[in-house]
Amino acid sequence: MNRFVTSWVSAALWLAIGIVLLFGLPVMLDDYTLIQVTIYAVMSILGVSLAFIWGFGGILCFGQTAFFGLGAYTYAIAVLNMGESTLPFFLAIGVPALFAALLGYVIFYGRLSDVYMGVITLTVTLILFNLVNSTAGPQWKIGVAPLGGFNGIPGIPTLNVPGNADDVLSPKGLFDVTFVCLLLVYGALRVLIGSKVGHVIIAAKENEQRALLLGYDVRAYKLFAFTVGGAIAGLAGCLFANWGAFTNPTIFGLAQSAQIIIWVIVGGLGTLVGPIIGCVAIEWLTTAIGTQQTFNSNLMLGAILVVFVLVVPRGIVPSLGSLGEWLYRQLAHKRMPAPAPAATPVLPRRP
Amino acid sequence: MDLAVVVIIQVLYAVASLVIISAGLAVIFGMMKVINLAHGEFMMLGAYSVIGATRLGVNLWVAMLLIAPVAVGAIGVLLERLVIRRLYGRMVDTMLATWGLSLLLVGIVTSIFGNTMAGVSAPLGSFSIGAYSVSGYTLVIIAVAVVLAVAIRWVLLRTQWGLIARGTMQKPDMANALGISPSRVYSVTFAAGAAITGLAGGLLAPLTGVVPAMGGAFIAKAFITVISGGPAIVAGLVSASGLLGAINLLATFASTPVLGEVALLVAAIVMLRLLPHGITGRFFKGSL
Repeated sequence: MNRFVTSWVSAALWLAIGIVLLFGLPVMLDDYTLIQVTIYAVMSILGVSLAFIWGFGGILCFGQTAFFGLGAYTYAIAVLNMGESTLPFFLAIGVPALFAALLGYVIFYGRLSDVYMGVITLTVTLILFNLVNSTAGPQWKIGVAPLGGFNGIPGIPTLNVPGNADDVLSPKGLFDVTFVCLLLVYGALRVLIGSKVGHVIIAAKENEQRALLLGYDVRAYKLFAFTVGGAIAGLAGCLFANWGAFTNPTIFGLAQSAQIIIWVIVGGLGTLVGPIIGCVAIEWLTTAIGTQQTFNSNLMLGAILVVFVLVVPRGIVPSLGSLGEWLYRQLAHKRMPAPAPAATPVLPRRP
Repeated sequence: MDLAVVVIIQVLYAVASLVIISAGLAVIFGMMKVINLAHGEFMMLGAYSVIGATRLGVNLWVAMLLIAPVAVGAIGVLLERLVIRRLYGRMVDTMLATWGLSLLLVGIVTSIFGNTMAGVSAPLGSFSIGAYSVSGYTLVIIAVAVVLAVAIRWVLLRTQWGLIARGTMQKPDMANALGISPSRVYSVTFAAGAAITGLAGGLLAPLTGVVPAMGGAFIAKAFITVISGGPAIVAGLVSASGLLGAINLLATFASTPVLGEVALLVAAIVMLRLLPHGITGRFFKGSL
């Protein structure tokens, strides 16, 4: 991890770019492209959730889609029952967070190693997929909302202005809400990572033994990080259900889980912006490939994942960051002969 | 009485199919500590090689018992040389790379065979026990599972090759000093695991539909069985398959097949909370 990526300057810079995009994109783009960009933003929130727990917490969760799917289904079921979307919106964050807390309790307090962690999260995702997939038929419903099995739930009402169920968001409004959510999540995570709690989380990733010996209950910190990740993924799921007014069990599927991991790997582990860039790039590629028939999208995703693990294991953003830093140092070196100070490791930093 | 016999056969069958599904993974993970997330796709390749071979007029048994393992073993060698070799000791990276391989293999097979269901019918017909009818192929699966478990144990414990493999996995540099090439041993072990997985795919081809994405149905079960089994390869495989297979079948009898699968996975998670090192991490310690 290099200094630029972790510094506050970069956070402010990225947030500024985000705000420019928030106001600029609706002016520049037509409605169809704007809707397309909205889904990229939704998926970016999901990507950021894994970027946080994996890149900073060291928790490789193969089942981030479990929380994503739970968020989508919770929102759908709640809003169909209640008609007004304010409480369902918060439920869609709370239920996945609660589920993540339960699952995390089993994993972290059982002291399972990271490999077992991957397998268990994968399994839980498959359980949810199997369960939801088998709920076809009118006997499966919660309140007035039929679960629909593999057909999913169609016609999910879009978010409305709080308190007024008739005032639903336009596509432009949904873009604004989604993008603001993305910026808020990014900003909040940067603050969290910069805080004392964040430092302990990172310290636990770097050296669990040492963090334990310093008197931190690593299990609790990891559980906290995992729960936050679940909540963010749930938020993304809720926005996803809003985007298409539709949800089905494939969002729990393995293909979806693989994609999130690919975004993080491609963008760069240990950054928050990298996975957003990875997500947009991969989503764009998948859409581009989906529109033509000669080339299978699984084939491309698999090839990208293998190549990145073998050749660019740090991902795009950190590699570009090091390249930039190297160029900067070369230039600075030429201008003044004094040796540039060596980059010192900044993490874990003292508060 | 008849019902009891049928239930026993069904339980044995459930256990046996778990053993067959997980055996290749148990070898690769147990010996090399490589988590092969392309395991399901290796099975899928085995199933497709059976389909391809029978279409060319090869006898079904030859295709299942010979062609499937040889074909998938060869693919295993190739992938080990190209990808997995570079990642030994980096467990998480191996998981990611093999996951990439799994997507890649699904993509390749979809491009070649199309995303349609192929299938061969199960041989041997069925026989009846009292009022119940049991498929003869069920007994084949049970027999193969027994032979497979015994054979893995025999090879690892009683042959020169097994000794070399176990020694190399424990101390590669020492094996190297004694004139054994660890990289070749890794290659052969991975190929053996892949071949067993191919055999599993071939054997299960008549029972499940053969589609490019069929691997996803097995991967979780195989993993959870191997991890629940713990460090001892064969003892862990058999004990975990026995426990989880029985739970799966009883829950299936009591409710639906879907809930049976769910019960299996939930049971495994609860068990890992209680026994984080698997069954053989606590019981049957030191066995193989």
